[in-house]
Amino acid sequence: MTEMVEQMRISAVAEKVEARLRKRYGVERRFRLYGVAAIAVALTFLAVLLFSVLSQGVSAFRQNEVRLAISFDPAVIDPDGRRDHAILANADYAALIRQALLAHFPDADDRTGRRELSRLMSQGAELELRKLVLSDPSVIGTRRELWLPVTAAVDQLAKGHISRAAEQGGQFSERELARFDVLVAQGLLQPRFNKWLFTQGDSRQPEMAGLLGAIVGSFYALVVTLALSFPLGVATAVYLEEFAGTNRWTDLVEVNINNLAAVPSIVFGLLGLEIFLNLFGLPRSAPFVGGLCLTLVSLPTIIIAARVSLKAVPPWIREAAVGLGASRLQVVSHHVLPLAMPGILTGTIIGMARAVGESAPLLMIGMVAFIVDVPATPMDPATALPVQIYLWAASPERAFIERTSAAILVLLCFLAAMNAAAIYLRKRFERRW
Amino acid sequence: MPLTSEFLPYQSGRNVAGPAKVSARGVNVFYGDKQALKAVDLDIGTNEVTALIGPSGCGKSTFLRCLNRMNDLIEGARVTGTITLDRQDIYDRALDVVQLRARVGMVFQKPNPFPKSIYDNVAYGPRIHGLAQTAAEFDEIVEGSLQRAGLFDEVKDRLDEPGTGLSGGQQQRLCIARAIAVSPEVILMDEPCSALDPIATAKVEELIDELRENFTIVIVTHSMQQAARVSQRTAFFHLGELVEVGDTEQIFTNPRHKLTQGYITGRFG
Amino acid sequence: MQFVTLLASLSLLSVVLYRMGRGRAIRSVGGNAATLHSLPSYYGYYVALWCGVPAVMLIAVWLAGEPFLLKSLVLDGLPSEAGGLPAARLSLLVNEVRQLAASGDYRFASGDVARAAAEHYRELRSISFAAMSVAALALAIACGVHALRRVSPSLRARNRVEGAVQVFLITSSTIAIFTTIGIVLSLVFESLRFFRLVPITDFIFGLDWSPQMAMRQEQVGASGAFGAVPLFAGTLLISVIAMAVAVPVGLLSAIYMAEYADRRFRAVAKPLLEVLAGIPTVVYGFFAVVTVAPFLRQLGETAGLTIASESALATGIVMGVMIIPFISSLSDDVICAVPESLRHGSYGLGATRSETIKQVVIPAALPGIVGGVLLAVSRAIGETMIVVMAAGLSAHLTANPFASVTTVTVQIVSLLVGDQEFDSPKTLSAFALGLVLFVVTLGLNVVALSVVRKYREKYD
Repeated sequence: MTEMVEQMRISAVAEKVEARLRKRYGVERRFRLYGVAAIAVALTFLAVLLFSVLSQGVSAFRQNEVRLAISFDPAVIDPDGRRDHAILANADYAALIRQALLAHFPDADDRTGRRELSRLMSQGAELELRKLVLSDPSVIGTRRELWLPVTAAVDQLAKGHISRAAEQGGQFSERELARFDVLVAQGLLQPRFNKWLFTQGDSRQPEMAGLLGAIVGSFYALVVTLALSFPLGVATAVYLEEFAGTNRWTDLVEVNINNLAAVPSIVFGLLGLEIFLNLFGLPRSAPFVGGLCLTLVSLPTIIIAARVSLKAVPPWIREAAVGLGASRLQVVSHHVLPLAMPGILTGTIIGMARAVGESAPLLMIGMVAFIVDVPATPMDPATALPVQIYLWAASPERAFIERTSAAILVLLCFLAAMNAAAIYLRKRFERRW
Repeated sequence: MPLTSEFLPYQSGRNVAGPAKVSARGVNVFYGDKQALKAVDLDIGTNEVTALIGPSGCGKSTFLRCLNRMNDLIEGARVTGTITLDRQDIYDRALDVVQLRARVGMVFQKPNPFPKSIYDNVAYGPRIHGLAQTAAEFDEIVEGSLQRAGLFDEVKDRLDEPGTGLSGGQQQRLCIARAIAVSPEVILMDEPCSALDPIATAKVEELIDELRENFTIVIVTHSMQQAARVSQRTAFFHLGELVEVGDTEQIFTNPRHKLTQGYITGRFG
Repeated sequence: MQFVTLLASLSLLSVVLYRMGRGRAIRSVGGNAATLHSLPSYYGYYVALWCGVPAVMLIAVWLAGEPFLLKSLVLDGLPSEAGGLPAARLSLLVNEVRQLAASGDYRFASGDVARAAAEHYRELRSISFAAMSVAALALAIACGVHALRRVSPSLRARNRVEGAVQVFLITSSTIAIFTTIGIVLSLVFESLRFFRLVPITDFIFGLDWSPQMAMRQEQVGASGAFGAVPLFAGTLLISVIAMAVAVPVGLLSAIYMAEYADRRFRAVAKPLLEVLAGIPTVVYGFFAVVTVAPFLRQLGETAGLTIASESALATGIVMGVMIIPFISSLSDDVICAVPESLRHGSYGLGATRSETIKQVVIPAALPGIVGGVLLAVSRAIGETMIVVMAAGLSAHLTANPFASVTTVTVQIVSLLVGDQEFDSPKTLSAFALGLVLFVVTLGLNVVALSVVRKYREKYD
């Protein structure tokens, strides 16, 4: 009898379970799908972001130049023949370029024509000639075939980024377009590697604007950051892990480190502005001050990474060393630190990568100015790579959008290289106890 | 004593009375390349307690986990052979693993109450399987299960408190209540008392004995005394093979196999 | 450059003294190093530290004090008519003098007074530097020689050196504390000055924000309005949108990674998600401006909606994308920390994976997830570059995600970039905003960390 009842109870349960099974598996499938969809959304964003930067930026690595036969006419450059530096530096190189262009387009020898020709070539072309003459005055009196850069507008036209037709905002006259087509057809106007991007500081002329100033500024700031945050970070971590017990003092230190890790970076900029600039009177816009602020950004990362790798060194290594009569400091410096070093270095590189990409604090301390010169020391005014991106992004010209994307690509390459180094270190020296 | 996979277990004492609830034939389990269980044939009788004993790593827990397909959760685990529940192959595609686990419940080595209230812990199974609709039905199931697990009187005033706040023994009985709330046919217990003190152990053993009336119970245990106290049949595993199975009394008083003898007399294990 | 030379000569001196100390120690026991109290190199370090540390400390103190001294000297040297200038003009002048002196380029000097003062300043600075170099080197040699004399077999050199290293370690660990103090002091100090000009209640409860001050005092609307509520609202709106993107996407990806994905999928997808975290925020800002905002505006046009090109929506979405990896990696950690036994308990009762996740794993991981989300919120509030580039500048009090709003960080940047006058409420208000930002993010972090810590304790 009881067996019957039991049997009925069992089959009742089975029925109820069975009845809901399809629905439950439906929910299961949908939930799984949400997960896949979420990852897909995130990765799609990544792909779109990288694609949009790549598609806009790659073309900036090539710059259109015109091959011109320049005759370095002594009458224009150095009428007295004294080879005086000041005279060579201030000669009318535009005239040389004009002559060369007029040789191609004799019909342009009127006022409009000359103006139109001057809109073809970049000022960088003049600078190029000047540089050539100053470095080697013997070219004066000779004739050379040179590739010289065109203006950003012509460059963008050649790249097809702006429209030819006047009604669609094209800024070129029919005659200019015709000349342009002639140059292209003769193979005299060609895209070539954009060396300006890597050899120049900032400029208002997009075709001459380069990243060198920003890269050097970032480099100086990074050197300062590394020089400060690595020893400070490692020392703090060693103190907390190896020397201090847990007491109120270390709790306080720890709370402050966690706090630093989460403070918005712009607040470090405010601190830098108030303390480093206003109180200590350090120069504005200097990579040195930028490095001080970025130290605060990267320090928590380094401390936390260093503590984790120190913790990972098994206690028996310390015990073994202590057992041989080593002092605490000897234990740490001979055994624990070397073993923890790969992890600490990995963390340091990641902290540096964070600092390289950081820009908000740099805005606060004035590393956001228009600076043409490449900084010679960490105390000279400069920008940094991400700040340069910010500055260029605010420029409306189409040519600057292209260069902004290119600058982003350069920045991402640096970051990728740093992270690759970190991953390599971790993989190469990873140790399991 | 060399053991080969052709080795047949001693079937000592009586066979299972009536039809077997669960029956395993030629069960092999592989974890990757390693074979954890070799050609096990074993019947589990209805409404009795079967104890699986043997030294650590002998495959008794592995066998237990085959019975409700918990091995599916382990990456790289592979089960061959057949296991039937009421003559239905549990590894058959027609039988769903969710259905199977509703019929074959499990209690684990360490008490693992969910971080929910005592009430919700017990109501969890009925809720996901849709065994009850109204609040009254739920109350009935929860109260009934807690009572059968001998826990109701201890917790009736604090059903809303988290299950993790109970003592170890209470937690384990809560887990048993949680398992029986789904009205399973078989309850698998994987060393249910190994994390408990002697008094809590005694209570759980008592409970197992009472549950035998309504459930088929398979228990893995390290303690031979426990096997002797709670089970009617005992199976002895060694190095992934079933060495001997029979009435508990007979296994402990008159083992047929030398290995069994060695183990129960404490010569190894 | 001079400074580098000074430091280099100091290091060289220390190296020399290290060798001398080491050699003297060995000689003092006739080459039998075992009879020394410490290893010979410790004697070297002992002498080198005595040589380098006091000198470096002297330089640090000198450099820290120099600006104040120079400032007062330069002010004293100013012609008498400059003495009557109001404090604000005077501090501006000092700033200019410093800039001029630093660049050495007087073409842009505002007047003869500034030029003369700058030259004076430059002169004083070079004198000061020369004095400092001499003093530092003299101190280095004096202390080094003193220490060298004390080298003897019984000197406990190792203990001394180790003591010095410990002092260095302890000092390093206080940097974090000093930074916090520095932040608090500088923000509070300037904010107090601001609240003297603008009542704190107007700032916190005011609904109108237009900090643009008239150039001349007599112009209409000479004093701007400093009601920060529109900024708080704008920050909140963008953060809410960001969270609406980041929390579901981040959490669901974390769940999928932790509970469903096989090892190979994880090995590919997880680093890719982390790439999102490694992209600098300035890049996200550019992406928002150039790609997302125009796309949304077009989408709005086809749907008949007006979406501003600096809409809160575009900014919020991009910020959300930035935060996705943050949420997903934190959630992944806490989900993986949920003990496997709970999952098995649930599967053992016949629950499906999603039932187990929704009813057991997530409730168990909830405190950790909430902590992670709070950290993410604090990050969204403090995020600067994305909003500076993609959000609006003018303050509107609106909850419409298609409209343009501005945020606290945008205003801080726009108030402080460019020429500043250090006593105008316009500049000072940036510090008040910074103080609010600091307090709010600090509060969120403290709460979040304590929630996470409690959670960790539960399962550790």
